[in-house]
Amino acid sequence: MSIISDETTLHPRVGGEVDAPDEPDDLSGLATSIPSVEGVETGPRRNLRKATLDEKFNLFGAAVASIALTALLFGWFTPLTGIVGWVVVAFLSFIGFYILLVSLRSDAQEVKDRIMTALLVSAGIILFSALVFVVAFALIRGKDALPNLNFFTETMQLAGPLDPLSVGGIFHAIVGSLIQISIALAITIPLGITTAVFLNEIGGRFARFVRTIADAMTALPSIVAGLFVYAAIIQLITHQRSGFAAAMAITVMMLPIVIRASDVVLRLVPGNLREASYALGSTRWSTVWHVVLPTARSGLVTAVILGTARGIGETSPVLLTSGITSVLNVNPFSGPMISLPLQVFDFVKSPEPNMIARGFGTAAVLLLLVLTLFTIARVFGGRGPGQLTDRQRRRVAGQSADDLKRMARLTNVTTPVAATVIATPPAPENAAEHRESSEPPEGTQLFPAIDPPHPEETSP
Amino acid sequence: MTRTDAPPVRRSLVSAPSRSDSAFTAVTLTAGATTVGIMLAVGLFLSIRASDALKVSEFSFLVEQQWSPETHVFGIAAILFGTFNVAIVAMGVAVPLALGTALLISEVVTGRLRSALVSLVDLMAAVPSVVYGLWGLFFLQANVIPVAQWISTYFGWIPFLRVSDAAGLPLSEASAFTSSAFIAGIVVGLMVVPTQTSVMQEAFSQAPIGEREGALALGSTRWGMIRTVVIPFGKGGIIGGTMLGLGRALGETIAVYMIISPIFTINWQVLKTGTNSVSALIALRYGEASDFGLSALMAAGLVLFLITLAVNFTASSIVARSRSGAETG
Repeated sequence: MSIISDETTLHPRVGGEVDAPDEPDDLSGLATSIPSVEGVETGPRRNLRKATLDEKFNLFGAAVASIALTALLFGWFTPLTGIVGWVVVAFLSFIGFYILLVSLRSDAQEVKDRIMTALLVSAGIILFSALVFVVAFALIRGKDALPNLNFFTETMQLAGPLDPLSVGGIFHAIVGSLIQISIALAITIPLGITTAVFLNEIGGRFARFVRTIADAMTALPSIVAGLFVYAAIIQLITHQRSGFAAAMAITVMMLPIVIRASDVVLRLVPGNLREASYALGSTRWSTVWHVVLPTARSGLVTAVILGTARGIGETSPVLLTSGITSVLNVNPFSGPMISLPLQVFDFVKSPEPNMIARGFGTAAVLLLLVLTLFTIARVFGGRGPGQLTDRQRRRVAGQSADDLKRMARLTNVTTPVAATVIATPPAPENAAEHRESSEPPEGTQLFPAIDPPHPEETSP
Repeated sequence: MTRTDAPPVRRSLVSAPSRSDSAFTAVTLTAGATTVGIMLAVGLFLSIRASDALKVSEFSFLVEQQWSPETHVFGIAAILFGTFNVAIVAMGVAVPLALGTALLISEVVTGRLRSALVSLVDLMAAVPSVVYGLWGLFFLQANVIPVAQWISTYFGWIPFLRVSDAAGLPLSEASAFTSSAFIAGIVVGLMVVPTQTSVMQEAFSQAPIGEREGALALGSTRWGMIRTVVIPFGKGGIIGGTMLGLGRALGETIAVYMIISPIFTINWQVLKTGTNSVSALIALRYGEASDFGLSALMAAGLVLFLITLAVNFTASSIVARSRSGAETG
């Protein structure tokens, strides 16, 4: 897509990742040659993406004209009022003026293109400002409650609806949320990831059935999951609402999410890694444990964290199952145990301003928790399976270099270094313990096989 | 190397699984079976418990508007109508925004801004629904009433936008507008926009580069290229994303529950206070419900589940088909 400048074509950057390391210089006479640029005059590069002065003026002029017209309409000419009406009229007149200005210099196609671009940009601006406003609204209204340290360390046991914000807090809800999500994760992580491994590594007709069922369960409305736990566990077995029942409801909600996300991640593990592992004689289990899971590690972590973020914010299943309390309860098997989203819901049902402020404070805490989880997920994720960070790549390259030295010492081969590198098998991580064997032992990290050859390896 | 003394016997090429492998297979199979067990348990339990109520009400369950299981007069006609009413308003808000934003992200912005916007969309999909509910209850409800009043005054001649009392006279006081399907729909719409945007954006970004460049090389503008290449290739993503959002909107509880004031009659006037939804009904009535009442709620939940199931499966099959089409085309 992008236009490659002449300089980069003629002088490939030495050591760049795309360069093949095994391209000896002495073959340049045989390879396709590019005419020299010596003596050819080149003009300054043009920025092809920049808007012209014309386009900028059209936008600016339409904006100014629409604001002026709307101000006139609302202030002097018509009895229109209201901020929403103002914005709508201003937007419509902006589009009108913009059409007018663009059509002065361009044809109909061009006008259509400009208008649609303006509409797309405004859809984006409306959406993102609305979403950011929703989040900011909770954070800003929560600022009354958040500065009080007792908000995080006390419970609502001794605080009534009329008490000031310096009394009482949501410690019990934070603890409740953590206990419930821990129980849910203790079930979801092993079960979800093992099921995803089953779907990908074992396969077969039953696996397809499992996948269909898991997909179907993502459609389960969360309130119905809560109703199921309420009728099946609380009414039939425990006869009281408890943190455990709430954790069960969250598990039913989270399990399909985690299975689906892990399934997608495991499917992205390249097949040649598995085949390489099988070709070295390893069993299915050791292939999964030493190749598939480490390769997909970051994606699996992301899947679990995103599932956690969804699970911790679920209100409706918890509403039916956990019960509402203002007392700290650390036993998930007996007595009601409130969690953060339910506490928000409970606080804002009260008409007292202080309780509503507490509700917003709780929502802000919940929101910050979700944002933190999401940020962690982004830091871990965002890379496909087997893609390494710079540090990991340096470590792997260092291992390869050590390996190379060791093998050169053992075999006393005097062949050129570059040839040895190409023939080198993937470097064993615990190289020192396997001096005699030239093939990687079981438990080898196969990262180097998919890592592009690093410049450090090839430099003699 | 070869043994000549033994007669040639056809050797089985299937190796016996090692002990670790059989254990591994057994464990993963158990996990898969457990997952299916949990999921089927939910479905079966719901169906069995719901059948008690469905046996009593039979077909009237789908056409009755009242909800009083104690007198055995109950049905989900009004509730289902309200559920769809909220969901349709939500789609009206969400689909244009999601479509525009998805096109913006995949076609207009580039580089770092694009990846930042993609992250923001994903982040918004993880924001708890109770936060949206708070915003709807404490901000939107008060601020959208003048707009609703204005619409009902000037567009009241359209039947479903009118707000009138039992005698048919138009109402204009604010209390007639506070807890309507319109407001709940806006909040639910904002809640599902991120899901829809990310599905649509993914579909658009898979539109083949060759066709795009072909359109541009023939002299089309960016919008011409979007209209003739990106949107036809992303059609499956648009439909699928819309339906995935619809599935979420139908099942949304807390935000709807916080905003609406529940009624048990069909209310055609979108802007008028009073509507209902299946999930809000469950949240409202599960506490005081008798055994039979709970069974009736289960039946309502089962119907909702079946609807969202159908919507989701249709959506995912459309998305999957469009994806394979994009690869071959």
